[in-house]
Amino acid sequence: MINTSTSLLGALRPETRERLLETARDVSFAAGQRIFNEGQRADRFWVLRTGSVSLDLHVPGRQAAVVETLHSGDLLGWSWLFRPYQWHLGAQALSPVRALEFDATVVRELCEADPLAGRAITHRLAEIIGHRLQAARTRLLDLYGPYGSGPMP
Amino acid sequence: MTAAPVPYRVVRRIEESPATVTLVIEPDGAALPAFRPGQFAVLRGFGAGQGVGEGVGEAAVAVSGILEHRSRLAHTVTSAGTVPAALHAARPGSVLGVRGPFGTDWAPEAADGGDVLVVAGDDGLAPLRPLVRSVLARADRFQRISLLVGARTPAELLYRHELRCLADASAAHVTVTVDRPATGWRDRVGAVTRQLDGVPFDPSATTAFVCGPEAMVLDTARELLHRGVPGGRIRVSPERNVCCATGRCGRCRLGPVPLCGEGPVVGYDRVAGLLAVQEL
Repeated sequence: MINTSTSLLGALRPETRERLLETARDVSFAAGQRIFNEGQRADRFWVLRTGSVSLDLHVPGRQAAVVETLHSGDLLGWSWLFRPYQWHLGAQALSPVRALEFDATVVRELCEADPLAGRAITHRLAEIIGHRLQAARTRLLDLYGPYGSGPMP
Repeated sequence: MTAAPVPYRVVRRIEESPATVTLVIEPDGAALPAFRPGQFAVLRGFGAGQGVGEGVGEAAVAVSGILEHRSRLAHTVTSAGTVPAALHAARPGSVLGVRGPFGTDWAPEAADGGDVLVVAGDDGLAPLRPLVRSVLARADRFQRISLLVGARTPAELLYRHELRCLADASAAHVTVTVDRPATGWRDRVGAVTRQLDGVPFDPSATTAFVCGPEAMVLDTARELLHRGVPGGRIRVSPERNVCCATGRCGRCRLGPVPLCGEGPVVGYDRVAGLLAVQEL
C-alpha cells in the first residue's frame, strides 16, 4: 500500500511520476542489513514497497539510537537533495525490504532539465520533510506526559 | 447511576507496568447498572478497618473492561496521586466502593457501515479497550477496523499480550509505536500520527475514536481533520481530572464543557477550539 499523505510517488502528477519511475530500479535488503550510514555520501534514495527500516543516530560510546521507523510507501532519504549530500542518519532494514531505488544524480539532473517536474518533486519532498519535522517537534513535547508539555510560563 | 458506593471485590490484579495495574472487580451483592464503553466509575479505596462509606477518597476511573461473567468490570489505575495509590495497592479480596456508570460513551454504532479508526496514546488505551472489544465482537458491521497505539516507551505500553493477540488473530489492523525504544524493540518508532500513513481508511466514511493525553488528542484530531475525517466523526476523550462526577467541583471543565457530565467522550467539533486555548 502506498500511503496518501507522505509518499513521494502518490502525490506527483502521472507524467512526473512516470519520468521519475523510468530512473528507478527494484532492490531488496535483508533483515539487519545496513542501507547507509551517517556521514556517508547520499547518492541514492528509496521508496519502500514492503518491509520496515529503522533510522538511527550514532551516539558515541553507545549503541546507535533508533529515532524513527519507516514503512511501506515511505520515502527513505532526502539528504541527496541538498549539499553536502551526506546522510544525517543511518538506516537499517528491520525486516526484509523491497524498495524502488533512485539514483540521486540522475533525479537532480531530471529536475534541472525539466523545471516543472523538478518543482513538483522538490515541492513534494518539502512537504514530506515538513510533515516529519512536525512529527519530530510534537514528540519533543513528550506527547504522552500527563499534560503534554512542561509547565506553562 | 448510583449516589452511594456499592461494594465490589477485587478478584484479579494484573500488573501492566511498574506504575499501572488493572483491577478486575465483581459485585459483592447487587451489581451497578450496565456500563457502556467509554463511561467511567468513581472508585473508593479503603484503609484497614474502613467500611464502604469511609474510604480514603474517590477517583474517577474509566472502565477498561466490561465482562458479562458475574457482571465484572476492569479498571486500569496508576500509582500517581493519593487515591489512585490506594487503589493501585488493592489486592484480590480487597473491597472497593464503586459508583456509576457516569458519562457519555463511545457510541460505536455511529460507525456502522464505515471504517473504524481507534487511536490510543499511553494510558488512553484503557478507556478504548472495551470499545475495541465491542467493535471486534460485531466486526461484520464495519468496513475496516484499525487500532493505533502509541506510548513513550515499550515498558509503558498497556495490555501488551492482548495487543499481540489482536495483531496476530483479529480483524483489526493493529499498529504499535513508541517514542523511545528499548534495546530489543522490533516494532515501530515514531509519533502515533505518523502511523496514519499506513492505515487503510476512507476519511469521509471513517469514525475515529481518540483517547490519551490532551496534546496527543489534539495532534491526532488535527491530523485526522487534515486528512478529511469530519470533525463530528472524531470522537475524543481528553484526559481531564474528573473528580466529583456531578459537574459541581469544576475540576474537569474544558471551558464551558463539564467533561464528567457532558463527556468524557465528545465530538472533536465541539471541543476543537477549547483544546487549542492556552491554560484552559
